[in-house]
Amino acid sequence: MMSLNELKEMIEKELGALAFKVDSEAPNLIIINVEAPNLFEVAFKLNHMGFDHVKVVTGTDYPIEKKIELVYHVSSYTNIDLAKVIIALKIRLDKSNPKVKSLVKIWPSAEYLERETYDLVGIIFEDHPKLERLLLPSDWDQIPPLWKDFKIKTEGIDA
Amino acid sequence: MVFSITRSLKSFGKFLRRILIRIIEKRPIRDIRDWGISYSLWPAHFTTACCGAEFAAASAPRFDAERFGFLPFTSARQCNVVFIEGTLSRKMAKAARMVFEQMPEPKFVIAMGACPIDGGIFWNSYNIVLAHNILPVDVYIPGCPPRPEAVARSIMMLQDKIKKMGGAKYDELK
Amino acid sequence: MSEDKFMQVLIGPQHPGSGHMRFIVKMDGDIISEFEPDIGYVHRAVEKIAESKRYIQIVPLVERPILADTANINLGYILALERLLGIDAPPRAQYLRTLLAEINRIHSHLYGLGIHGIMIGSSTIFMWCFADREIWIELAQELTGARITYSYMIPGGVRRDLPNGFNEKLSKAIAYMEERLKDYEKIFINNPVVTARLIDVGIIKKDDAIKLGIVGPNLRASGVAYDVRKIEPYCAYPEIDFDIIVRKEGDAYSRVLVRFEEIKQSMKIVKQVVEKIPSGPIINESYLKLIPPKLREKAEQTGIWKMPAIFINLKPRKGEAISRVEAGRGEVTHYIVSDGSPNPYRFRVVTPSFRNLIAFKYTMPGHRLADIPAIYGSLDYFPPSADR
Ligand code: SF4
Repeated sequence: MMSLNELKEMIEKELGALAFKVDSEAPNLIIINVEAPNLFEVAFKLNHMGFDHVKVVTGTDYPIEKKIELVYHVSSYTNIDLAKVIIALKIRLDKSNPKVKSLVKIWPSAEYLERETYDLVGIIFEDHPKLERLLLPSDWDQIPPLWKDFKIKTEGIDA
Repeated sequence: MVFSITRSLKSFGKFLRRILIRIIEKRPIRDIRDWGISYSLWPAHFTTACCGAEFAAASAPRFDAERFGFLPFTSARQCNVVFIEGTLSRKMAKAARMVFEQMPEPKFVIAMGACPIDGGIFWNSYNIVLAHNILPVDVYIPGCPPRPEAVARSIMMLQDKIKKMGGAKYDELK
Repeated sequence: MSEDKFMQVLIGPQHPGSGHMRFIVKMDGDIISEFEPDIGYVHRAVEKIAESKRYIQIVPLVERPILADTANINLGYILALERLLGIDAPPRAQYLRTLLAEINRIHSHLYGLGIHGIMIGSSTIFMWCFADREIWIELAQELTGARITYSYMIPGGVRRDLPNGFNEKLSKAIAYMEERLKDYEKIFINNPVVTARLIDVGIIKKDDAIKLGIVGPNLRASGVAYDVRKIEPYCAYPEIDFDIIVRKEGDAYSRVLVRFEEIKQSMKIVKQVVEKIPSGPIINESYLKLIPPKLREKAEQTGIWKMPAIFINLKPRKGEAISRVEAGRGEVTHYIVSDGSPNPYRFRVVTPSFRNLIAFKYTMPGHRLADIPAIYGSLDYFPPSADR
């Protein structure tokens, strides 16, 4: 039985300089901040450690900093100790050119999650086996809907 | 020669049909026909959103919509009701329109749930279509999701409507 | 080999065996060579809308995608929110949450079993499952006041206390269901037609299941003993004794069996919950303080609590939280990013059906066209929940 902090140290040692910040948050979250070019390598190492599937892929838009944050939440099925924690693997991308290497080769489970993120947040995953519209109609021609500058009606006086 | 014969036959056929419609539209026969239609409402198997869960419950034993002659059926060609079960997304709206167009006359539309009426909880979504924009809705069922009893009630309302206002439409023949 | 050898078949969205989605199938004779699910027919932008709503308004919103299993997805959202708010529900509320979650799991499994039954042509099991599902829906209705959209869990507790006479009804329902499940075994589980159609069909091997990130009963049917209720116990699960049902085969039949056995386990849990349930308040003390004493007195008599007005202005701390719960169809993950305002900055929910979607693409090829409904039903896929 490994505690969260031990695991965090282990990951820090394993990743070394690849990750520029590793945080842990009770009860079960470890956050790894990575530079975009290192993402693939970090993912490879994590997969080697036993984190075998992706739970969530999230893209969040930060319009003021002109960045999009991409988060992979990964965990394990095979290793009970690792299954108890969730790793959040974070990178920041430029909003003008949100491109990153796809992790489908490492975690096949990310296929549809990445495709959805491409669809709704507009991040382009290079080397993805099938990067096409998934949820939106195929003739969608506006900006990605989960960007903050895509406005929907809200309640209140401006409705 | 042949041409004129077929033409006269055709016009004779039209004439015959018109007379038949006239007869059918007369009182006792019309009533019998509308009674027949109202007890054989067959919706196409077409689930559009989450209200489908309650629709399934309505056609299951506890609520048993089949006692009103309401039997979900596989192919749109053999059906006469489109049952909009909740939200129509943009993709689904196209499909709904297609299903509706495939069905033979007379056909009816029941829209279930708050979503097809005005969007319901998803009123400010970017991807929904309101039912009345694409289909001529006969009966709306409010609720999110409506209870199966409400589904049964909507069927009875549609039956009443058919009995009162006549089920068949002969637009292209008149 | 020429291209003409393949035929493309489009199934759905108006098709009894497709649900709210479309399959783009490439056929080689009668054998599927490529299978692509085309979803998005029920995409209603839950994540975007959530950004325009207050935290408490999202409770009914997250329920809508998984209408057959609302209690569990609601629970996941509340757990994530509570992590951000830094509060906890009192023990009685934890038990009540577990109770509703398990009742919901039972009727969600019955739903899946029934739909699967009618897909492979056994209308009897559809009729039976949907009739028996009503019993559990009625119990939940007694507890919460709604048939399937409960919105029962609120931050810091639950909305209502156990009604009078609930325990007797529950034990009656359990006794009935236990008898009933024996009939199910006779007419469905051991039916030669069913076994012929399901055994050795749609096999997901253990390695593949892990690689593809399948969740829920589908994962456990492939031999992975992963259940969030054991891995990261929440609510009252740490104090309750139950087993994870695991099977090795990974075929459609074993998925049905896992679901079937889980109904029994859920009944076992429900039984323990009503036995062990402690007394006490059902909402966190810090919220309870805000209710005027008169209202509080009345609420204590009736067991129906009016939500304190503070809920409309809940402002969690800045930061993010992730929660996972085991819903009927598998693991639900909620991820909330808060910027300290009353609306979430980013709300993300990944539902079990969306995670299972990938299984279609990789299990279907190699099977016959007629196997599609058998495999589809066995995955217990609920399209609105995948599209959100
Ligand atoms: S009315 Fe409610 S239950 Fe029905 S489709 Fe809309 S959100 Fe779903």
